[in-house]
Amino acid sequence: MPAHNTLSVQNLAKSYGNLRAVAGISFDVRRNEIVGLLGPNGAGKTTAINMILGILEPDEGAIRIEGLDLNSRRSQAIAQTNFAAVYAPLPGNLTVFQNLRIFGMLYGVTDLSARIEDLLTQFDLKTFRDKKCGVLSSGEQTRVGLAKAMLNRPQLLLLDEPTTSLDPATARDIRVKIRELATRETGGVLWTSHNMYEVEEVCDRVLFLSHGRILLEGDPKTLPAEHGKKTLEELFITVAREPLTLEGR
Amino acid sequence: MASLRRVLAVVLRQYYLLRGSLSRTVPLFAWVAVDMILWGFLTRYLNTVTASSALNFVPVLLGAVLLWDFFIRIMQGVTMAFFEDVWSRNFLNIFATPLLIPEYVGGLVVSSMITSIAGVIAMLLIAVLWFKLSILAYGIMMVPFLLSLFLFGIALGIFGCALVLRFGPASEWFIWPIPALISPFAGVLYPVSTLPHWMQGIARILPPSYIFEGLRTIVSGGAVQWSLLIWSICLAAGYILLAYGCFVRVYKHALRTGLIARYSAENLS
Repeated sequence: MPAHNTLSVQNLAKSYGNLRAVAGISFDVRRNEIVGLLGPNGAGKTTAINMILGILEPDEGAIRIEGLDLNSRRSQAIAQTNFAAVYAPLPGNLTVFQNLRIFGMLYGVTDLSARIEDLLTQFDLKTFRDKKCGVLSSGEQTRVGLAKAMLNRPQLLLLDEPTTSLDPATARDIRVKIRELATRETGGVLWTSHNMYEVEEVCDRVLFLSHGRILLEGDPKTLPAEHGKKTLEELFITVAREPLTLEGR
Repeated sequence: MASLRRVLAVVLRQYYLLRGSLSRTVPLFAWVAVDMILWGFLTRYLNTVTASSALNFVPVLLGAVLLWDFFIRIMQGVTMAFFEDVWSRNFLNIFATPLLIPEYVGGLVVSSMITSIAGVIAMLLIAVLWFKLSILAYGIMMVPFLLSLFLFGIALGIFGCALVLRFGPASEWFIWPIPALISPFAGVLYPVSTLPHWMQGIARILPPSYIFEGLRTIVSGGAVQWSLLIWSICLAAGYILLAYGCFVRVYKHALRTGLIARYSAENLS
């Protein structure tokens, strides 16, 4: 694997019975790069992310995070990652601080107290420090989830629709923060979203998934024109409805 | 060191939950205290109606109930710590961290030890101060008694967690009655010889049956066979290995089928 890749996925495949959810995909995420994983519902995005997170075993293929094989060195490889997903809120019966402390310990964060205070400031969560996560609004919970995702300064950050429940202003702030993370620190980001405006603004490269396969790959700013479409959203709709028209291009 | 830190994180989570919740702390004391009071008065009553008998029911029955409640506390301490992750739909978050399965299970066991101590203190206070149960009557035998029941409680707790991980949150209702299902065979309140032969056969593979037989032997002035107590401890340790193997197998199955992700994410694309 080239030294500059933070994530390397090779021939990854997963089936549920007769359904081929992910059909042998290969891709990389380089350092300081934000890669958008796009596709309609059922395309295999979350299945792929779950395999990279180590909570779903692939049928075939290999995943390397910072050069560490996920299958044979799971704990060390996972320590290089973190994630935020709208469907995985932190336990609502613990406070923001307690959740960050516990997950900080699980990820082996050094100088944890200072790191937590820093993240509470960064994500505007100081006033919610001792509030139980369950009583926070969905936007506030999303920010807590993102603070947790940044705890260990991950080399690979996995974000599954991270701004879905945020208002436009907060969503913009979050995008800026993640963009900063990708440029200032050494990490790479794998990002799924259905907001094509957001993808175009944030991602350096996008991968379009359809029926478990990577159909298209390229720069989100130039890819639509390369396939005769005006916008990324138009291209997305074509991938969702008429994937066969794009195959082989 | 990193491994110990992750075990402590699981324990700390349980501490935070207990500290902030009366509905979690009260049951640690309440049910065992009620049991001690109920059986304490029953043994007093039995001692008065059988005054001519040399048998003292306090160490036989109240002592047995105390040990049995200790076993239940240990088992439920493990399952309760696990259920916190089930109830808060936290599997995806927690299993996507560097936490390893032995560390997770280790954290559940340590959490159980801490919560069980609270229950044991409450039981001892009531049994010793109120009903004059003399723990010294059991002598050094108390150590193997507690060790065997502790190990068997851990084993059943881990097995219970494996069942819930495999069959989903609703299956927790299979877990609560497990001690009640075992108790008739374990001879908690009566000698195993009272049971029909087929039930005695089952009793022989249950570590607690040796403990309660030993307890009655001591109270009646007999000598307990150390070999049987050691066998009981070995049997309980063997059950821990089996239960842990079962948990790992279920976890691997959950990884293959995507069960862990679905436990908390029902809106996967």
